[in-house]
Amino acid sequence: MDTLVRENRTEKRTNGHAPAEQFVAPVATVLENGDRYTLQVEMPGVNKEGLEMCVENNELTILGRRSLPEVSGTIIHRESRRENFRRVFELDPSIDAGKISAKIEQGVVTLTFPKAEQVKPRKIVVS
Amino acid sequence: MSIIRYQAPDFSTLRSLDRWANLRDEINSLFEGPAWSNDTRQEQLFNGWLPALDLYQTNDDIVAVVELPGMRKEDIELSLHDGMLTIGGERKEEGAEGVKTARTERFVGKFRRSISLPTRVDASKVSANYKDGILSVTLPKAEEVKPKQIQVNVS
Repeated sequence: MDTLVRENRTEKRTNGHAPAEQFVAPVATVLENGDRYTLQVEMPGVNKEGLEMCVENNELTILGRRSLPEVSGTIIHRESRRENFRRVFELDPSIDAGKISAKIEQGVVTLTFPKAEQVKPRKIVVS
Repeated sequence: MSIIRYQAPDFSTLRSLDRWANLRDEINSLFEGPAWSNDTRQEQLFNGWLPALDLYQTNDDIVAVVELPGMRKEDIELSLHDGMLTIGGERKEEGAEGVKTARTERFVGKFRRSISLPTRVDASKVSANYKDGILSVTLPKAEEVKPKQIQVNVS
């Protein structure tokens, strides 16, 4: 139970074909803080409107569509990728999917996952 | 000399093989020269964070667009010296009590990167905007390097 999420690399592709749209996997950090986990995902250029998240079969899919700043003129040096972001995480069964909260701030999505009641340490009172 | 960020090769045309591409890269990197070169992960270990930087040119401006997700505005440092734009700063760890790290991919700490600008710019008119984790720096070109329309008079 030491990790909240495991990246799902064995994601099924429809009929063995690659999906039409290509994505880049954003970098992520997972923190454990007492009774909750925090997942931070870096998605520069994504704002609240471009963010889609869903949980299905214990899998969390985060999709970020970028709204990049419009720059007129010609590009003379490029390092950034144009693709949107997508990453799938497998959730630990101890996570209560109904209580996930999320926010996005300067291109970083922060998700908070409270641990389900049964995994929290419980004090047993001796009577 | 400008520092150019290492870019991973684009495997998008081999999309169906992408799961194997990672493995292939790892194996290739073992054979390609010294262990500390040509490897993004190694590079990050030695050089810290190298945020992706794009440079655009319009008639009047040079525009630098840098991906800096999750920074605070006051932690970004911009400087211009001798035709070299330097972007640096520090991303601080949100180190609250009792926080354990289960997985870390995000960079924490100080970073700096420079790029030499293709033309002279007017340092007093540089402006910067930080939105959705992307920093856009607009550097107006110096008056003498702006393209000028020359009127041809027929007499």
